Amino acid sequence: MREEWTGFQEGIWEKEINVRDFIQKNYTPYEGDESFLTEATESTKTLWAQVMDLTKQEREKGGVLDMDTRIISSITSHGPGYLDKNLETIVGFQTDKPFKRSLQPYGGIRMAVKACEDNGYHVDPEIVEFFTKHRKTHNEGVFDAYTPEMRACRSSHIITGLPDAYGRGRIIGDYRRVALYGIDRLIEDKQHQKDTTRTIMYSDVTRQREELSEQIKALKELKELGKIYGFDISAPAKNVQEAIQWLYFGYLAAIKEQNGAAMSLGRTSTFLDIYAERDLKNGTFTEEQIQEFIDHFIMKLRLVKFARTPEYNALFSGDPTWVTESIGGMGIDGRTLVTKMSFRYLHTLENLGTAPEPNLTVLWSTRLPQNFKRFCAKTSISSSSIQYENDDLMRVTHGDDYAIACCVSSMRVGKEMQFFGARANLAKCLLYAINGGVDEVSKKQVGPEYRPITTEYLDYDEVMKKFHDMMKWLARVYVNTLNIIHYMHDKYCYERIQMALHDKDVTRWFATGIAGLSVVADSLSAIKYAKVKTIRDENGIVVDYQVEGDFPKYGNDDDRVDSIAYDIVHDFMAYVKGNHTYRGGIPTTSILTITSNVVYGKATGSTPDGRKAGEPFAPGANPMHRRDSHGAVASLSSVSKLPFKDAQDGISNTFSIIPGALGKDDAVFFDDIAFELEPDCACCEPNLTVDEEE
Amino acid sequence: MMKSKEGFIHSIESFGTVDGPGIRFVIFFQGCPMRCQYCHNPDTWNPGGGEKMTVEELLKEYEKNKGFYKTGGITATGGEPLMQMEFLTELFTEAKKRQIHTCLDTSGILYTEKKKEAFQNLFQVTDLVLLDIKNSREEGHLKLTRQPQKPVLEFADALARAKVPVIIRHVIVPGITDSREELEGVGTLISRYPNLKGLEVLPYHTMGIKKYEELGLSYPLEGVESMSKEEAKNARKIILETIKKERMKRIKE
Repeated sequence: MREEWTGFQEGIWEKEINVRDFIQKNYTPYEGDESFLTEATESTKTLWAQVMDLTKQEREKGGVLDMDTRIISSITSHGPGYLDKNLETIVGFQTDKPFKRSLQPYGGIRMAVKACEDNGYHVDPEIVEFFTKHRKTHNEGVFDAYTPEMRACRSSHIITGLPDAYGRGRIIGDYRRVALYGIDRLIEDKQHQKDTTRTIMYSDVTRQREELSEQIKALKELKELGKIYGFDISAPAKNVQEAIQWLYFGYLAAIKEQNGAAMSLGRTSTFLDIYAERDLKNGTFTEEQIQEFIDHFIMKLRLVKFARTPEYNALFSGDPTWVTESIGGMGIDGRTLVTKMSFRYLHTLENLGTAPEPNLTVLWSTRLPQNFKRFCAKTSISSSSIQYENDDLMRVTHGDDYAIACCVSSMRVGKEMQFFGARANLAKCLLYAINGGVDEVSKKQVGPEYRPITTEYLDYDEVMKKFHDMMKWLARVYVNTLNIIHYMHDKYCYERIQMALHDKDVTRWFATGIAGLSVVADSLSAIKYAKVKTIRDENGIVVDYQVEGDFPKYGNDDDRVDSIAYDIVHDFMAYVKGNHTYRGGIPTTSILTITSNVVYGKATGSTPDGRKAGEPFAPGANPMHRRDSHGAVASLSSVSKLPFKDAQDGISNTFSIIPGALGKDDAVFFDDIAFELEPDCACCEPNLTVDEEE
Repeated sequence: MMKSKEGFIHSIESFGTVDGPGIRFVIFFQGCPMRCQYCHNPDTWNPGGGEKMTVEELLKEYEKNKGFYKTGGITATGGEPLMQMEFLTELFTEAKKRQIHTCLDTSGILYTEKKKEAFQNLFQVTDLVLLDIKNSREEGHLKLTRQPQKPVLEFADALARAKVPVIIRHVIVPGITDSREELEGVGTLISRYPNLKGLEVLPYHTMGIKKYEELGLSYPLEGVESMSKEEAKNARKIILETIKKERMKRIKE
């Protein structure tokens, strides 16, 4: 066994790259409470004060403090950057100083230029020329291949949010591998993969060989990145501080080259806890030191920054990076994957104060240790910053070493990746079905010229039939648009370091998405159970609807409409599956427009459910605003009927509740009363006295 | 007992967390004989309104999502559920057959010794009663609710005899029921019930005003301001202390 691994339980993880095996053989489940946690150290407080000051300066400057306009970001492009070199226990920034956003033109030079211009910076003209004349970007490649139909769909917003001008993100490298194995071993493994590809050079084999070469180059550069900061990461990490640092270098390399919409971290806490346990046992570090490493690590993750345009930020309502870290969950052998490190990660919300990034996501199971559940609840209340996801549901498909990318996309770390696919606007699709493919806003013929509906009142069967035809068309255009996008992204903006931290043969999820589900469900319900009258413009295009009578609305646990929602998801997914997907991607879909529902609504005309043109959709799979009238359980129940097997990329339901509606906080029920008022209890002394006197 | 086929239901709250322990399926019964000045559900007064639903329909709704109600159950509130006594008893009887925790939120106003047996049947299938004590004295009760207090006290006595656990609810209205004398009065009044399991003091709020406007009714407590949670907590303390004092007195006697 290697010297760095002394004290670890041996297993096949030594012979092959297999982090899960290492975790399973070595981790210590923790069922205790949070009393072992330590407070922020003075160094942490000083550093964080510095960050808060920089954040303030950034805000005052209008959202961006500094941008790089000359150096094209790569793994080794910048010298070291620090907040305070003497205080930082975990180091590394995307550029040579914190809060300076890097220049990443490979996704698209126009977007990179615009992001700078909009913030008052100007990209070096030579770079612009280079990426216009000499080096093609992902964005240019995509538009070279788009069909007129795809372009029309894009500008009418029936397909929207496509990653065709920026990085697609959503790919999680297994950054733990850097810490466990060191770079040299990983290069060796990749070299072996390259040596053993098939030998007849079909285009897929050629591509694979080229990609493996890129991965090896990226690993070598990653080693350089370590050197820039004074570390030799060719060998495995020797202690928890190194393990965090090695792992972070892996992640840092990824965000230096990719500015994807979601650059998630993975599932690292239980892995790192193995090192922490060993160090505590050997007396290498104290609990306070380990918490400090974690605080500094999380601080770095909070300072991940990308150059974005104002439109981008409007779409996502802020400046999010979705550095999602998945915490906890249960193992398939029944042991919990909660460790002390799970507590330490969440405790950063206390030590550094609350923050939306990194997106700390607890994989929730009913069988999680009670103490951890209580700690989560407590931290949620004080920070409002923890995301919870259903481990019991996802573990069935993805096992016990998956992580979440972005907000809900689950994938096995290092074994599965995702082609991010934005979403199709099904509400608009329904309007196209009614208007024979004519866009209700632009009045252009965007969809196929199918026969429109000409009756004054809508007939359910007729609408359904046309809606199905239109969904089938939309699914075809949509999937093929994505095929072009992912082909070009692989070609011009390949995620070489993330893929270097994956197995050779990965499963690719081909993600798609649905927007406007509740609008469509309610619209179809209105057509079926009430009467919907069409209002047409001078050219006979339906531009508005009048609903006469009441109808069941999605969000009230009413099967009459909930089953419509179910069918839409299932049927649309079936149409998606009917298409060829790039690189054998397995189609999935999501229903999770958590923030962009407003933008999608803006681009969509009036709908038969009574929603007026331009009004927002409900977020994700939510019922439409104010239409769920039977309380939370009924609303949640409607959402929970949607078929997860068809929407494995996630179903979101945004649910807010005022604290008072969650019950009484001042104990009025049994506990205190029973104690204070039961004659045998609170009054037991006088009671005893009585007995004696008698 | 003749089975009533349908009840008049005002509405259902599938995620009730303030009317009994746990997460509860809360059924708002239509109809109420009381006209409490601070009532925030005047839309439940009219006994002819609401939607007709059967016991089976209600329980089916409950069963669909029973996973949510593991530590809760069903709460009947309103309105005044006792106005539909037979339907209520039938609902709770059926619920108990299915091992569902039953909770009745009531003013007790419709109790009469004449219907003693019917009430006995209801008590047998009721796990918990949230009893709203409006006022400690007859005249105050009459003024506040336009109904006499006697049936309420008889109802409370009957609950004690039947050993049905009770949580007392009491709304504190500034200037009407918030005096020390009144709070001590309530404490003295309820101290004699051995089946008392809890006390909930609810601060008066003005959220009902909108409903009065919608129904075209004039609001009886026009100008009275909401009460703070702190004040309600304090009021609860006074009532609790009185209960303790009274009980100790009785034990010593």
